[in-house]
Amino acid sequence: MGMTVVEKILARASGIPSVKAGDVVEPKVDFAMSHENTALVMNQFQEIYQGTGITPEIWDPQKIGIIFDHRVPAESPKTASNQKKIREFVAANAIAKFHDIRGDVGGICHQVLPENGYVRPGNVVVGTDSHTTSHGALGAFAFGIGATEMASVWALGAVLNVEVPATIKVNVKGKFKKYVGPKDLILDIIGILTAEGANFKVIEFHGPTIKEMSTSGRLAICNMAVEAGATSGIVPADRETVRYLLKEARVRGKIEMVKPDKDAVYEQVIDIDVSTLEPQIACPHTVDNVKPINEVKGVRVNQIVIGSCTNGRLDDLAIAAMILKDKKIAQGTRMLIFPASARIFNQALTKGYIGTFMKAGAVVMNSGCGPCLGVHEGALGDGEVALSTTNRNFKGRMGNPKSEVYLCSPSVAAASALTGIITDPRIWQRLFIHLATIFPPTLSIPAAIWQLFCRPKRRNLHSPTSTI
Amino acid sequence: MATVLPTETPQFAFADINDLNDLLKSKQVPAGSIIVGGKNFGCGSSREQAVSALKGYELILVAKNFARIFLQNSINLGLQTVTCPTFVAVNDDIVEITPTVVVNVTSGKSFPVIPLPEARRAIVEAGGLIPYTRKRVMAKARVS
Repeated sequence: MGMTVVEKILARASGIPSVKAGDVVEPKVDFAMSHENTALVMNQFQEIYQGTGITPEIWDPQKIGIIFDHRVPAESPKTASNQKKIREFVAANAIAKFHDIRGDVGGICHQVLPENGYVRPGNVVVGTDSHTTSHGALGAFAFGIGATEMASVWALGAVLNVEVPATIKVNVKGKFKKYVGPKDLILDIIGILTAEGANFKVIEFHGPTIKEMSTSGRLAICNMAVEAGATSGIVPADRETVRYLLKEARVRGKIEMVKPDKDAVYEQVIDIDVSTLEPQIACPHTVDNVKPINEVKGVRVNQIVIGSCTNGRLDDLAIAAMILKDKKIAQGTRMLIFPASARIFNQALTKGYIGTFMKAGAVVMNSGCGPCLGVHEGALGDGEVALSTTNRNFKGRMGNPKSEVYLCSPSVAAASALTGIITDPRIWQRLFIHLATIFPPTLSIPAAIWQLFCRPKRRNLHSPTSTI
Repeated sequence: MATVLPTETPQFAFADINDLNDLLKSKQVPAGSIIVGGKNFGCGSSREQAVSALKGYELILVAKNFARIFLQNSINLGLQTVTCPTFVAVNDDIVEITPTVVVNVTSGKSFPVIPLPEARRAIVEAGGLIPYTRKRVMAKARVS
């Protein structure tokens, strides 16, 4: 019986010829990543050895990556002291793949790992972060675990008792319409599957649209696979994976591709044609509360966020810069932009995107998780609304349970920044071309007119559909 | 987040059920109480504090089903979780949990439990992942 790509990876990592969904295995880990919660992992790691008389020792420091991204730079003495403790641990254990708070090699873990070539096709990757699913974009089986489980991985180099997940195959065909892209696709999929639809399962992406998609787009869709409950998302390695690893991650040597068998067994197959897909919006307060933009456009927005491990990559910033070029962000709306890594920040600087954002009135922040999880910076006021390219909109996600978060693509976010309301970038384009010919000198005037003509619709109140 | 260690008490256990948070904080929910959850309980982050907070209050969870990382973390930390898709109860019902059924003593009805796979039960029986891994580490040290 044929195997899916994850079954193949797990069989090999567990040293057995074949596995099938439901089997319990103990795969060896190729890369283990943690961020500031390394402090808790360290605590649990010591605990394992308590009373044994054995000196705690990490199984392979070369296979460990520690990346500071959740609270950078530290917002409090407590966080700073935690980070200091981790730095001391890193030095004592000779952990080389450590990315501190830096403007050259720092950034969000889910961008730092791919761009440094730490993840290869066929790898088993674990991370103490639920969005570790991202790394499936490079053909690896990557999933989130808790800190205690990570401590166990540090000790043994394997994940204990992994149940081989069943796989949902998603075939994607068709060409995206202008201003529609990977983010709209994954939001659409989450809407179909719901937040628990892929719980304990893997989503394997296939089809001509995926083949054409850049690694950046694949990282975005695999990143959000977890929002459908998936253990992981995965795009089996192909030519684009090899191109990315050689050209962008500057990896040397042969790259092996692990592909699923033709007769692999899938629990469910979903076919999607993106040629008719509209921009999609996840409405408060659950990620699976997805609606086409037509049903929510016009909602007044106080804060626009572009960035994160989902949509803070160079092509995301490029499309936003294109939309914002020589224009001004609407009065009463603030815009925060945080590139996914320092490397991307520097590339965006060279390309002139950062200048474009600042001239438009956006605040460009250092690479990190920033406003996405609302513990550090960019919190919302009571009753305020954010429109964000990040991955979660749970109640209180941006730091205030009395606020609302809508999720969208970078082009919707940028177009909406110009108008101050949720705006379809395709309509924006037509309107601006039209109005720009009437008012060429000051393009903020059309934005003001747009707001006058398109009065915000009455706000819909969306009720949560799942627990917590 | 890294900043809450198991010995500390997080700000709150439930995102939007303030009444329950208040009851928990003021210690009005006795140890061994059962929280009845819906579907996909614990959906979201991989952080263990969601589990350690509930364990700190010595609660038992019965839900229709659990999100993967939350369930795994519960097993690892020794929080008792019971998957029972059909369970029905209201506040202050007396409930009895057995390996195969959850009995609502007040209503007199019993509901079947979906048991954990055997491999996971081994971790539960060891008292959580730390003692389980400790045994493995010691076995490895003996071999080498």
